[in-house]
Amino acid sequence: MPLGDTILQVENLQTHIDTKMGLVKAVDGVSFSLRRGETLGIVGESGSGKSMTALSILRLVPRPAARIVGGRVMLNGEDLLSYDAERMRRVRGRAISMVLQDPQTSLNPVYSIGGQITEAIANQQRKLPRLELLKRAVAALKTVHVAAPEQRVRDYPHQLSGGMKQRVVAAIANSCEPQILIADEPTTALDATIQAQYLRLLKEIQQESGLSIIFITHDFGIVANMCDHVAVMYGGRVVEYGPVRAIFNSPAHPYTRALLSSVPAVDRTVDRLYSIPGQPPMLWDLPRGCRFAPRCEWADSRCHQEYPPTVPSLDAGQAAHTASCWKLEDIGLENVRC
Amino acid sequence: MRRFLAIRIAQSLLAMLAISVIAFGMTHLSGSPVDSMLPEDAGPEEAAQLTRELGLDRPIHVQYFKFLGRVLSGNMGDSIMSPGASALGVVMDRMPATLLLGGFAIIVSTIIAIPIGVLTAVYRDTAFDAAGKIIALLGQAAPPFWLGIVLIWVFGVTLDWFPTSGRGGFSHFVLPAIAMGWFQVAALMRITRSSMLEVLDSEYIKLARVKGVPESRIIWVHALRNAAIAPLTYFGVIAGIILTGSVVIETVFVWPGAGQLAVEAIRARDFPVVQAVVLTFAAVFILANLLVDTLYAYVDPRIRYR
Repeated sequence: MPLGDTILQVENLQTHIDTKMGLVKAVDGVSFSLRRGETLGIVGESGSGKSMTALSILRLVPRPAARIVGGRVMLNGEDLLSYDAERMRRVRGRAISMVLQDPQTSLNPVYSIGGQITEAIANQQRKLPRLELLKRAVAALKTVHVAAPEQRVRDYPHQLSGGMKQRVVAAIANSCEPQILIADEPTTALDATIQAQYLRLLKEIQQESGLSIIFITHDFGIVANMCDHVAVMYGGRVVEYGPVRAIFNSPAHPYTRALLSSVPAVDRTVDRLYSIPGQPPMLWDLPRGCRFAPRCEWADSRCHQEYPPTVPSLDAGQAAHTASCWKLEDIGLENVRC
Repeated sequence: MRRFLAIRIAQSLLAMLAISVIAFGMTHLSGSPVDSMLPEDAGPEEAAQLTRELGLDRPIHVQYFKFLGRVLSGNMGDSIMSPGASALGVVMDRMPATLLLGGFAIIVSTIIAIPIGVLTAVYRDTAFDAAGKIIALLGQAAPPFWLGIVLIWVFGVTLDWFPTSGRGGFSHFVLPAIAMGWFQVAALMRITRSSMLEVLDSEYIKLARVKGVPESRIIWVHALRNAAIAPLTYFGVIAGIILTGSVVIETVFVWPGAGQLAVEAIRARDFPVVQAVVLTFAAVFILANLLVDTLYAYVDPRIRYR
């Protein structure tokens, strides 16, 4: 399906968190855009700011410790950060919805799943009669291929398997036909077979409704499968952005290259998997220059002093493939270790 | 659900049976009543005869089953301090006053404690939360008998707002209910708060927010029903504390209930009445816990379907 107009434009988003260690700039000037029907992958290690970026878009950062301090989140040309609380609440679930990481704990254990699905619908359309709501819940379960949905709506979460719960969560997210779905590592808690089924399901929903998906993951296999564009995050910033092919075929940023090298491949036998030397930076004590510089084999003194600008990658034929690195020319385009 | 209830009722009956054994055993621990019942010049033959008449020469289990049979038919012997009245009758006359005061104290404490507990969790680390902590600290630190006397002194004697003793209209309930309930308010509040904090941090609350559920509904519907399980369990404990506490509070406030009766009966060595109070209190306590468990299953489907 061809991609449509831009519906979400995140500009210079900044979210800070007060911690015991000091101020953490969890999201430090993140920008990207999302078009209708597009799937954008956000990739990075734990603590790179992926989830906080997602929560910032929905304005659900854990308060009072965390707060959005700058930037714009433009949904269909309107800045969500300027909305009042009530208006923002009506965006959630309807225009933008989200699937959380752990299906085992994301359903309320004391309410029936039918009730939890209809609640999202009832929130948006107050006057619907009960029977109509129930019908919608059954329909929502059908779209996510839950067997015998008429019976399932009366079940409680503890009566369902993990994969089934994740489907129910997807049904909830999809119940109000959102324009954008944010999926925050939705498959980490599922085994490989269920994971594949689930990803197929998301694609199916997307093809039917023209949904745009922001897929947060650290699994490059999923990225290759699902995404049109990829944003690689490190230390609260997007260090590389581009079409999925370009990221895989000619990764520009040393961090992206290192990440790809550490992905195991089925067609090669290696003694040890490659791993990136050093530790991810302490977020309350980020390096002054490039955040990756302390772990980067190419880094020189400038890398340690100044944060690099975002520049087009060398494979300039690929429009919109950008990276934040001083050393792109030194690194060149030669293929990574994988 | 039916299976769950059947099991719990069977367990309650078993507990009641165990308590009857204890109540029976305790009277035997205090020795044979024969010596104190006979005149001082009675000889061994008369003692043996009375022992036979009372059935005390029979094996202990036979004696227990006779006792159990009497208790089940509602006969717990006659009161010694009020001749002519049955022990159970004396207790039953006084129970309504105790249940009324206890029930009033529990209901009012709940109405006060649960919302404060919820709100201190929602507004944690604010001035409101700190104020809640102080109320809880005072309630848990002040023993009810002391609190009762202070309340009588301040609000009964000095300010003359409420009557200090006896049973009458609503105003008579206020001071004893506060003395009884403050500790429960404190305990319930803290349990609700910590339980709410845990629930508010959960993924399903996050999902409810993501769904666009209004914040008030998230707190009072999504979170509270989950958080209610811990305070609910505590109601069983409260029932026990209120019943045993009634012994002290009713004495301090001269409240004509079964707690005060228990003290009078112990002073008068009226063992049938003491036994009847113990068994009645035990029955109320077990019933309260059965009720709590039923509510528990209603609130949490995971228990219902086990």
